[in-house]
Amino acid sequence: MNMKTVMEHLDFMEVIESDIMDKVLRQIRDYSGDFTASDVKDALNKNSLTIYDYAALLSPIAENLSEEIAQRSRAETRKHFGNSVSLYTPLYISNYCENQCVYCGFNCKNDIVRGKLSSDEIEKELRSISQTGLEELLLLTGESRKISSVEYIGEAVKLAVKYFTTVGIEIYPLNTDEYEYLRKCGADFVSIYQESYDIETYDKCHLSGAKRSYPYRFNSQERAVKGGMRGVSFGSLLGLGDFRKDAFATGLHAYYLQQKYPHAEISFSAPRIRAHIGNVNEYGLVSERQLLQVFMAYRIFMPFASIVISTRERPGFRDNVIGLAATKMSASVKVGVGGHSATQKGDEQFLISDSRSTTEIHEMLHDRGLQAVYTDYIRV
Amino acid sequence: MKDVLNLGGREFTSRFILGSGKFSLEMTKVVIENGGVEMATLALRRANTGGSENILDYIPQGITLLPNTSGARNAEEAVRIARLSRELGCGDFVKIEVINDSKYLLPDNYETIKATETLAKEGFIVMPYMYPDLIAARHLVNAGAAAVMPLGAPIGTNKGLLTKDFIKILVDEIDLPIIVDAGIGRPSQACEAMELGVAAVMANTAIATASDVGLMASAFKSAVESGRKAWLAGFGRVLEHEAEASSPLTGFLEG
Repeated sequence: MNMKTVMEHLDFMEVIESDIMDKVLRQIRDYSGDFTASDVKDALNKNSLTIYDYAALLSPIAENLSEEIAQRSRAETRKHFGNSVSLYTPLYISNYCENQCVYCGFNCKNDIVRGKLSSDEIEKELRSISQTGLEELLLLTGESRKISSVEYIGEAVKLAVKYFTTVGIEIYPLNTDEYEYLRKCGADFVSIYQESYDIETYDKCHLSGAKRSYPYRFNSQERAVKGGMRGVSFGSLLGLGDFRKDAFATGLHAYYLQQKYPHAEISFSAPRIRAHIGNVNEYGLVSERQLLQVFMAYRIFMPFASIVISTRERPGFRDNVIGLAATKMSASVKVGVGGHSATQKGDEQFLISDSRSTTEIHEMLHDRGLQAVYTDYIRV
Repeated sequence: MKDVLNLGGREFTSRFILGSGKFSLEMTKVVIENGGVEMATLALRRANTGGSENILDYIPQGITLLPNTSGARNAEEAVRIARLSRELGCGDFVKIEVINDSKYLLPDNYETIKATETLAKEGFIVMPYMYPDLIAARHLVNAGAAAVMPLGAPIGTNKGLLTKDFIKILVDEIDLPIIVDAGIGRPSQACEAMELGVAAVMANTAIATASDVGLMASAFKSAVESGRKAWLAGFGRVLEHEAEASSPLTGFLEG
């Protein structure tokens, strides 16, 4: 059964009372990138930025002021994080998916090798990853409730906490009680990305599957926090729609959520569209300068937030963004299903541009005067 | 008479406590040496238990560890982290940090008082990080704290003594060492805090983000010592508002 409009919920989807989505939608409806250089400079001179200032930092004119923005961004990063850079790695345990998202390698219509790891295989992978010294793991699945059930993911989380001090999950959206269950299994953080906050773009890109429900996805972070998760991550897939507007909405989404739940730890990710199986750059591309602009706007608007830089980007870009705006990066990355201890069992979601090992990333950080932080959380 | 800082029955000559969360680990040693540091905090959540680098390997022998409970969001978590710290052999000192605001990282005084009470009863030397509120500080005294650690400004802001007047109230009213814990961005601000009569100053970001970390550590050492000396020397009378009237205002009194 397919949803006619993206604003619907399917029967199993919990509807929570929240005004965050309405607030964000109202703000982006009036969004325009129409700012002057002095708006941008004014924003940079303020201690804490208003929503208007934040929009100015994302505007086209701000692209010409990268250097000034970078100065402020670096200062904020240093102030809030010092030399510390957190390291983690993702582990894909299944790539089955029920959604038809036109930009994604896991699209259910794509003819790729599908796979799902058994408990034994998961444990082997975990053991192999933990030997690199990494202490934080991000568990990922494609979005299939049927094949990778909440219970299956729960078991994987329970195994992961045996080897890692911090476990994040990047899976399909859940109801509050399901997040609560995974929290009890040991999950600490939830990453979930809206991809595009623009309803029309969202509609065009999500043709079928549960992911078509825009509001259910939107309220995932709030349900996760209600379910007891320590922190949540936000992001848009930049380049799907108007990246400035999507970045603006992403920041606002996080801003309103943090206001409502002050204890929630906030994190951003800023992926842009890259080539993958079934799609070779048919969408608008976001340049490196524009991508950096988004990173820096997130940093200056919410200086306390953790920002992740993806392996989709080349090493030279990652190494420079880290410490300037980003504070967290992955190492020893594989984006196929498994592949750390044995041959991978399913195809990749996207292509990575940085395959450096944990040791290599550690050394790079050291050479740049930065400190790799493997664990920043104590499970008590 | 020797000027020493007494914390939990232990004596310290240095009044500069080092925070450790934002350094490159290999910098720790030089900062401790140049800063004349005798006590350094240790975020237990950062202390690797079997990973590739352990901060404990970088802190020289003889330095008193002040493990903190960063990451705790309520009293219960803080208590558990403190107990774990003792089990791991990090000693009886503990700096309570209970933070449940991810934006400003302001401490939760209420939960901090609860954790202090529990841990003091268990024999910990409890040093709670707090927002400088006199009433909360009195509760901390009653709960068995060994010192009170008010913030000068929000963590990491380097804004200095934004809460100066309130810290002064604590210095005047609370009969425990007052240690300014966060917000100190420059040696001059550390000096100013010491001149107020606080017992010690803690800093981290200000040193960690300096271009020459070692030199900044030694600048802090001098500043803290100068401020302490000024406090001990006693200030001359400083007129705060306006000049005094040249003829006496009470000259009309006959008896």
